[in-house]
Amino acid sequence: MDTPDNSSSKAWDHSPSAPLSIHDLTVAYHRKPVIWDIDLDIPEGKLVGIIGPNGAGKSTLLKACLDLIPKASGTVQVYGKDYRKQRAKVGYVPQRESVDWDFPVSALDVVTMGIYRQVGWCRPILGRHKAVARKALEHVGIGHLADRQISQLSGGQQQRVFLARALAQDAQLYFMDEPFAAVDAATERAIITLLKELKSQGKTVLVVHHDLATVAQYFDWVILLNMRVVAAGPTGEVFTQENLKNTYGGKLTLLAEAGHALSQLKS
Amino acid sequence: MAFEWPGLDAVWRVATLQDYNTRLVVLSTFILGLASGLIGSFLLLRKRSLMGDALSHACLPGIGIAFIVMSLAGGEGKSLLGLLIGASVTGVAGVGLVLAVRNTSRIKDDTAMGIVLSVFFGGGVVVLSLAQPMPGAQAAGLESFIYGKTASMIWNDFLLISGVAAAVLVASLLFMKEFTLLAFDDSYAQSQGWPIHALDVLMLSLVAAVTVVGLQAVGLILIIAFLITPAAAARFWTNNLRRMLVLAAVIGGVSGWLGAAVSALLPRLPAGAVIVLVAAFIFTLSMFFGSARGVLKRSLAQRNLKRKVGRQHLLRAVFELQEASFCNTVRETPPNVSVAFDMLLNKRSWSPQQLRKLIRRAAREDHIEVFDGKTLRLSESGFGEAARTTRNHRLWELFLITHADIAASHVDRDADSVEHVLSADMVRELEEKLDTRHLPASPHPIATKGAKA
Repeated sequence: MDTPDNSSSKAWDHSPSAPLSIHDLTVAYHRKPVIWDIDLDIPEGKLVGIIGPNGAGKSTLLKACLDLIPKASGTVQVYGKDYRKQRAKVGYVPQRESVDWDFPVSALDVVTMGIYRQVGWCRPILGRHKAVARKALEHVGIGHLADRQISQLSGGQQQRVFLARALAQDAQLYFMDEPFAAVDAATERAIITLLKELKSQGKTVLVVHHDLATVAQYFDWVILLNMRVVAAGPTGEVFTQENLKNTYGGKLTLLAEAGHALSQLKS
Repeated sequence: MAFEWPGLDAVWRVATLQDYNTRLVVLSTFILGLASGLIGSFLLLRKRSLMGDALSHACLPGIGIAFIVMSLAGGEGKSLLGLLIGASVTGVAGVGLVLAVRNTSRIKDDTAMGIVLSVFFGGGVVVLSLAQPMPGAQAAGLESFIYGKTASMIWNDFLLISGVAAAVLVASLLFMKEFTLLAFDDSYAQSQGWPIHALDVLMLSLVAAVTVVGLQAVGLILIIAFLITPAAAARFWTNNLRRMLVLAAVIGGVSGWLGAAVSALLPRLPAGAVIVLVAAFIFTLSMFFGSARGVLKRSLAQRNLKRKVGRQHLLRAVFELQEASFCNTVRETPPNVSVAFDMLLNKRSWSPQQLRKLIRRAAREDHIEVFDGKTLRLSESGFGEAARTTRNHRLWELFLITHADIAASHVDRDADSVEHVLSADMVRELEEKLDTRHLPASPHPIATKGAKA
């Protein structure tokens, strides 16, 4: 998968201690490139928003980092080592729609999946494993729903179950694919509180995000993506009208929304 | 063709497994059923049911080829182990071909499986017809692999079948955690470093093992039902995976036991067909009476909700009429005066029949009292219920207007659909949000049919 020449091809100065460095990453579906030449170093302890229009490759970027889809070229390093050696340090919150919520398991069962690796091959789940999962559920405010079957949870509660699963794993770097999509206001507040908490513990969180109006409020770092990285950096410097225009092209309604977001940022 | 019913003593002998051969056949099919119910559950949850079908059909050419090879080599053509090894080879090749077609072309899974399934089966039929004239072909009972037959079984065959089935049973339990994760969320599993392709191969191998050793008893056409039906039936009874697995294994085991026993009594009936019919019977019962997702439970719940909605509409209509005619200060509850049926008819779009039905039911529930068939009055409990219902409705309407920004003229209809499911907790929350403990006035003019026109 890795092209042999990528160590010498570019003089990109990657910091060895960065939680995530992406080098020269390109992904293609059926030979059609989806993301091109991504080069990024994410600093530690930041909440990073990934924004861009539909089809910009935001989810693809996450999946490629996580090795879920083949890369056409490029490398992904986590804390200076190959991602595949660092999986235990990486937590993933997939899109809520990616699974069948009619599956016959309880909220607690799903959260326990976050520590299956620690449990190990073929070993039974013990009381102490369940205790970890229960604590994670309480952390996201739905400890009382632990035994409920997952189809009987609301969308926001299901999202919290996914977050709790990632929390139970106790990772250093988190990838979250649209955790704010279609959740209620209470869940949105709970998630943002959680993100800030993770940040205060020195963890790094990458979040695919849709709502431009809340970007400035939620994230201290932003990646503006539209097949390529249009801009990446601290929100104050990068989240500008100009960059948004370059990212979203001529989609006026979105621009108007962005303008609104910017005016909120300034006030 | 007269059907010969077995006598009571024959039934007794089979039921108590007195006959040596019956004992072997019934026990092996039972263990096979346990294993197929268990691994079939994972196959179902992984949404790979059709793959099992492609697999079993792809076994046929292997059986024929193995027979021919063994006969030509001068060995005994009917060695079960040899035939089953042949079946495994082409079965696995079939699955491999499905995956290869899917991964190398843009052809979808179901198409690839359909093609492989029918081509391999066709090939198998050709090979079998070539093998038929060979000496010993009749004795080997090659045809029985298609429809299944509880042929006489020797001790070694029994060991082979029940040993493999038991191994599958143990392996499914051992990898329960891994299979569950794989079936629920494969991309998360992959992100965590689980080798999902290897796990998929392992799961399909276990399915293949059950399929191959089940071929003789159940037949390759029907074995998919033996894998899937117990799992699907078990799903109606529980939302808990462990219970579903246990139940599926039990249903599979019972189907196998009964099917083999009936087939031992009535040798004309192919075992595979009987097993599948027993499983299908259990499935049908489960579908209707299943305590978690059964049709009956769902329709009862739906009927109750419908009745509740009807009752609440009636009570609120009565309450609002009382309010309209007597109360100037809406914050006080209106006096419980009697209301004419005709007034109610104008209130909502009820037909006279519907209204009469609602009234009859409400009277039976002691919510209202009817006078001379033309007017009605709320009973004491009915009045309380009516006040509560109206209040919930209005709280919800207010919430929609103030918090969800919905136009006052539209809230009545929107509020209608939700108010019936408001729980006590939600009502308390609404009260807090809206800062109101009394009965709020309707935020919109209360419509009657006349007023709309």
